[in-house]
Amino acid sequence: MSPRKNSTNRAPGIGAPQIKLLERLCNACAVSGDESEVRAIVLEEVKPYASEVRVDALGNVLVTRSGQSGDRLRVMLDAHMDEVGFMLVAEDGEGLYKIDTVGGLDPRQLVGKPVWVGRDHLPGVIGARPIHLTTPDERRRAISLDSLRIDIGPGGGKARVGDRATFATRFSQMGPSLCAKALDNRLGVATLIELLKHSPEHIDLLLAFTVQEEVGLRGAKVAAHALDPHMAIAVDSTPANDLPSWDGSENHSYNTRLGAGPAIYLADTGTLSDPRLVRWLSETGDNHRIPYQYRQPGGGGTDAGAIHRQRAGIPSVSVSVPGRYAHTAALVARLSDWKNTLALLYYALQEVGPGILER
Amino acid sequence: MIELQPFLKSLISAPGLSGYESAVRVKIEEAWRPLVDEVSLSRLGSLHALRRGTVGAAEPRPRILLAAHMDAIGLMASGVVDGLIRFTGIGGVDPRILPGQRVLVHGREDLPGVVVQPPARLLPPSLGDNPVGIEYLFVDTGLEPEQVDRLVRTGDLISFAQLPLELNGDTLGGHSLDNRASVAALTACLNELQNRAHTWDVWAVATVQEEVTLGGAATSAFEIQPSLAVAVDVTFAKGPGASDYNTFGLGKGPTLGWGPNVHPAVHKVFKELAERLEIPYQLEVMPRHSGTDAFAMQVTAEGIPSMVLGIPLRYMHTPVEVVSLKDIQRAGRLLAEFIAGLDVDFIAKITWDN
Repeated sequence: MSPRKNSTNRAPGIGAPQIKLLERLCNACAVSGDESEVRAIVLEEVKPYASEVRVDALGNVLVTRSGQSGDRLRVMLDAHMDEVGFMLVAEDGEGLYKIDTVGGLDPRQLVGKPVWVGRDHLPGVIGARPIHLTTPDERRRAISLDSLRIDIGPGGGKARVGDRATFATRFSQMGPSLCAKALDNRLGVATLIELLKHSPEHIDLLLAFTVQEEVGLRGAKVAAHALDPHMAIAVDSTPANDLPSWDGSENHSYNTRLGAGPAIYLADTGTLSDPRLVRWLSETGDNHRIPYQYRQPGGGGTDAGAIHRQRAGIPSVSVSVPGRYAHTAALVARLSDWKNTLALLYYALQEVGPGILER
Repeated sequence: MIELQPFLKSLISAPGLSGYESAVRVKIEEAWRPLVDEVSLSRLGSLHALRRGTVGAAEPRPRILLAAHMDAIGLMASGVVDGLIRFTGIGGVDPRILPGQRVLVHGREDLPGVVVQPPARLLPPSLGDNPVGIEYLFVDTGLEPEQVDRLVRTGDLISFAQLPLELNGDTLGGHSLDNRASVAALTACLNELQNRAHTWDVWAVATVQEEVTLGGAATSAFEIQPSLAVAVDVTFAKGPGASDYNTFGLGKGPTLGWGPNVHPAVHKVFKELAERLEIPYQLEVMPRHSGTDAFAMQVTAEGIPSMVLGIPLRYMHTPVEVVSLKDIQRAGRLLAEFIAGLDVDFIAKITWDN
């Protein structure tokens, strides 16, 4: 175990090494149920800092960083490793494969995109009928998933039915923003890795890098049971729907806004955030002048939906880095929001105590 | 001698939207210059490369014009709202392929961006799960609104940023393979001609504006006044969503056009040549408009006998078009062999009598 380096009590920053790690994580492929590639990176990153690391029956990476004081609070942080994508479900010959989606994907986002197939990131494309061969009536209807194929070029044999595929989008920086596939939720994964490196001594920090979030919060369920924490924070990426409305009317349902800081959840489809934890995170932001925002209460959900109902109940909250265009080939998030998310969680962990749950 | 695959990869890594072809023209000019005697530009920006006949005739020699359009479809900024760019299409763009595409916005500086489909709540409720019209899509550059206001203006071009993809079976994927694949075929032809004697002057022309008006081919044909013109363009390969009579096997050889835009006697010479050389080819029937530069060249000045060579391509007008390098090589070789076989009195021999 390496020495702790939190003596200055200054929140860790995000520089080139952190962005490089996020890039590696985003360019890796980990469709729900096949998270190996991200898991390997996580294991490599956490091992030097962990008291204990194990991979459980579903493929979750469970990390413990034990504190040093006597009666220690057990704080769980969760980030799902998996991403939405595709599975090759039938072979059509000539290098063509029928696909089905894994996780919530809008079929309108698939057409005309490059993909990576299988563990070797075999390049392929999802094409479309040439516009010249379509009728105006046809163009008014969406192209069905059923009619789409992944094409890896003729003379294949390198891809197999059952292989997973993802959008082949390489991570890039665009001015103040980050653009990549799977920023949902490699932002969360990278955040947890940084927090582990700067873990405070007065708590037991329990990290769950979970599988299968996108297909029903399945990894988090068993991870929370196994780690048995006093409280939990799910760290994820939530949509920023902060675009102009089609008719110029005010956009009242933006969910979150880019550049406004980490999004603290109050209520979503699966979780009513524990108000004590919401207060704790808000006060941390206020005290340290870290911008934060409340995610507009509404739909969606995170691993917290599974975690808070484990065992006899686990007080839970979610914090997300806002990101535009979730579950598409290219998400856009702000670097500043990631920095502020890391800072908020860092200070929150530094200052957490059992008193928070007594209020 | 130009290596085809790396050359084609460099061509499809460059923009060059219809009317704004200079970025790709520079690369073509650089490749063609050592293979020809003279290079010039037309008034509309088409690249004219002349390789003079080497044997059997004095000036003025008969001329053949080989046309491959170098322009590509793309997008153009039509406004900026809250830092997000509205746009329209240049050429035939199906809006259904756009959401999630990586693009390059050619503003005061080149800005990477992505085409985005706004969340359903911000779109007309009547749309439902139907495709989102081009007027509701945006390009997001990730920049702050002030930066976008400073760097982007209405009329700025937006090109696809998809990088070339090397796929199985000697195929290449990417944007603008329509019609840079045919520019590569002309290049393969010029490569072949380095070692061949030919009587005719060869004018290799990379035309402009095919995707919109065919204006490049029409004006270059007028200026060059060729005795014969061949348009080389991509055609539909069989694949998902494309299986009718007008689609052709990918990697099964170039197509030889047949229809009103094609002179039947020229078609016959190409067909017999391909058979004699055992170059695989496919018959492409074109009952009306061939959808190529031949449509314009055929009726230029007092009329030009024309021919269409096609290169099968999957997913035309998407940024992930797929083409077979073998088909490009074959089209280039067939063209070169045809040119090498042209007698000084070839035109006199192609008649309407039979």
